[in-house]
Amino acid sequence: MSTSGTANRRPSQMFRNLNAKIASIPMILTALLVFLGGTVWTIVYSFTNSKLLPRLKFVGLDQYERLWSAPRWLTSIENLLVYGVLSLIFSLVIGFLLAALLDQKIRFEGVFRTIFLYPFALSFVVTGLTWQWILNPDFGVQNIVRSMGWESFSFNPLYDQDIVIYGILIAGLWQGTGLIMCLMLAGLRGIDEDIWKAARVDGIPMWKTYLFIVIPMMRPVFITTLVIIASGIVRLYDLVVAQTSGGPGGASEVPAKYVYDYMFLAQNLGQGFAASTMMLLSVAIIVVPWAYLEFGGHKRG
Amino acid sequence: MNTFKLFLAGASALALSAAANAAELEVTHWWTSGGEAAAVAEFAKAFDATGNKWVDGAIAGGGSTARPVMISRITGGSPMAATQFNTGRQAEELVEAGLLRDFTELAEKENWKAAIRPSSLLDGCTVDGKVYCVPVNIHSWQWLWLSNKAFEDAGVPVPTNWDEFVAAAPALEKAGKIPLAIGGQAWQTTGAFNVLIPAIAGKDVFLKVYKDHDAEAAAGPEIAKVFKAADDARRMSAKSNVQDWNQATNLVITGQAGGQIMGDWAQGEFQVAGQVAGQDYTCLPGLGVNELISTGGDSFYFPKLDDADKTAAQEALASTMLNPATQVAFNLKKGSVPVRGDVDVSAANDCMKKGLEILAKGNIIPDTNQLNTEDTNNQLNDLFVEFFKTPSLTPEEAQKRYAAIIASAD
Repeated sequence: MSTSGTANRRPSQMFRNLNAKIASIPMILTALLVFLGGTVWTIVYSFTNSKLLPRLKFVGLDQYERLWSAPRWLTSIENLLVYGVLSLIFSLVIGFLLAALLDQKIRFEGVFRTIFLYPFALSFVVTGLTWQWILNPDFGVQNIVRSMGWESFSFNPLYDQDIVIYGILIAGLWQGTGLIMCLMLAGLRGIDEDIWKAARVDGIPMWKTYLFIVIPMMRPVFITTLVIIASGIVRLYDLVVAQTSGGPGGASEVPAKYVYDYMFLAQNLGQGFAASTMMLLSVAIIVVPWAYLEFGGHKRG
Repeated sequence: MNTFKLFLAGASALALSAAANAAELEVTHWWTSGGEAAAVAEFAKAFDATGNKWVDGAIAGGGSTARPVMISRITGGSPMAATQFNTGRQAEELVEAGLLRDFTELAEKENWKAAIRPSSLLDGCTVDGKVYCVPVNIHSWQWLWLSNKAFEDAGVPVPTNWDEFVAAAPALEKAGKIPLAIGGQAWQTTGAFNVLIPAIAGKDVFLKVYKDHDAEAAAGPEIAKVFKAADDARRMSAKSNVQDWNQATNLVITGQAGGQIMGDWAQGEFQVAGQVAGQDYTCLPGLGVNELISTGGDSFYFPKLDDADKTAAQEALASTMLNPATQVAFNLKKGSVPVRGDVDVSAANDCMKKGLEILAKGNIIPDTNQLNTEDTNNQLNDLFVEFFKTPSLTPEEAQKRYAAIIASAD
C-alpha cells in the first residue's frame, strides 16, 4: 500500500473498505436492535410480574424462585441434559462412522449419501409424527414384531415415562446424523491422500490412522459440527410437540416448551421470560469459555 | 387515463356500497369436533340471514392451541371481528388494555341483564360496569357419562353414583374394558379433579379453595379425600391411551370404556353418534353424589375495528347470538344450556333437562375459569397430568404441591 506522508493515518484506516462497512450497517443494526435489544428487553421484563401483556412492575427474583421450584422445569432441564449429552455423543460417533465407511471408495456412494442425508430434508414436525407412528405400540414396530410371532415383545418408549426421552432421541438422531455425516465426509475428503500413503508405508493400522492422525487433523470440522449439534439441542421443541406433546404425564417436557407454554398458554410472560433467560444463560456458560479459547486466547492469521 | 380513473373510482364506490350492505366478519373459535361444528353452523346460518357474511375461522387443537393464536392476533394489530373465549378471566387483560369493544349500549337496549341467567354469566363479561362480551351458552363440567353397553357386557348394573362406579371397576376390567376414559390433554385431568372436589368435599370447600384461594383448605383433610378419589380415578384410567377428549368420549360411545368425567359438551358427541340418553348412555350430574353444576361456558368478544361497516355488523352478530331462536338451535346441537331463561327448551333431551332442573333450583357453582387465572390453571394442569400418569407420585405428595399452587394463586 502506498502511503501519502502528509495524511493522517487514523482516518484512512477508518475509511478503508468503506463500501464493505456501509454494506454491513444493516446487519450490524439488526444484530444490535433485534438480537441484543430483544435479549436485554427479555431479561429486564423477566424481573417483572408481566402476565398477558408486558408491564414494568418489578418483583425482584420472584419469577426465578418460582421457576426453580417448579417440578416441570426441573424435569425439563433433566431431559435436556440427557438428550443433549447422548445426542452429542451418538451424533458424532454415528456420523463419523458412516462418513468413514462411505470414504472407503465403495460403489454407489452417491446413493448411500443421499439416503443418509434425506431425513435432514424433513422438518422436525414431520419427523416427529413419523416416529410417533413407528413407535406406536398398536401400529408400529411392537405390533409388527408381535404379529411375526414374538408375542411378548415390548418396545413402547413413547408411552413409558422412564424411557420416553430415548424415544425422542431416536427420532432426533435419525433426522440429524445425515448432516453430521456429510460434514465429516467433507472433512475426510480434505485430508491429503499422501498422509494415508505415509501411514500405510509406516504400517500403521487403519483404525489407528483415523484415531491419532486423521481425527486430530479434522479439528475445525469437529468444532463446526459441535456448534451445529449443540444449537439443535437447546432449541429442541417441535420434535417433542409432534411426538408426545410433553407426555406421558409431563415426562418429556423440555425448556423451550416450558417457555412457550408459560408465555402463551398460561398468559404469564414474566415466567416465560425468566425461563428463556435461564436458557440463554446456560448457552452462554457453554459458548463463552469455548469462544474465548477458540478465538480469543491466541490470535491466528 | 381519465376513463381508467373513472373506472377505478366507480369500482371502489361499488365495493364500498356493497360493503355497507353486507360486511364479512371473521369469527374465530375452537369448535371443531362433530357436535361443535354442527352447532357453530347454526350461528353462521343465522348471521348470514341478516345479510352479512360469517367467515369461519376455526382453529383446530382445542382452546389451549387456539387462544395463543387469538391473543397474538388481537395484540399484534390484525384482529378478527369476533372471537370465542371461555366465560371468565381469559380475556381480562385484553379488556384492561382497551383492545376489546364495549357493548354496554346494546346490552341496555336489548336488556341482556333481564334475559341472561344466571346473572354470574353477564358479570363475567362486565368490567367496571361495562359489558365486553356476549355469553352464548352454559357449560357445566360436573358430569359422569356412562356407557350402558359396557356395564351390560361386564354383567353389572349401571352405577348411580361415583362410589358404585369405583366398585364396578374390577368387573369392567375383567370384561376387557377401560373403566374410566381420560384423554392425554392436560386440561382433562385437571377438569376431572375439579369435578371431584364439589362431589366429594362439597360446595363450600370448592369455593374456599378456588374463590378465596385458601391454602389451608387445600392442604386439609377434605381435599385429602378428593386426592384419594383421584387416586382411584388414576388407577381406573391407567389403560386409556387416547389424546383428545372426543376420542375418550368415543371410547364410551362404543362401549370400550365404562365412563368418562367430562363437561356437558360431550353430549354433542353422543348426539352425533345417534345415541339416546337413558337408553344407550347414562349421565350423572355431580357424579351422582352432589347435584351441583358449574356455570361456565363460552363467550364472544369483539375486538375494536376501524372499519365502520364491520363495526356495525359486530352489533348485528352480537344480537344474533343472543336471539332466542338462535340460542335454542345452537345449544341443542352443542349439548349446552341456553343463556336465556325465556326460551323454549322442550326439545331438550333427558340429560339437558336434568341440567336445567339443577340450574332452576340454583344449585350452581362458578366455573374454575371464572375464579382462576390461566396461569394458575396451567400450573394445575402440569400437576395433574403428571399425577394421573405417574403411579409413583403419591396423593399426599401431590396434595402438598397442590396447596402450594393455590397459595400462590391470585
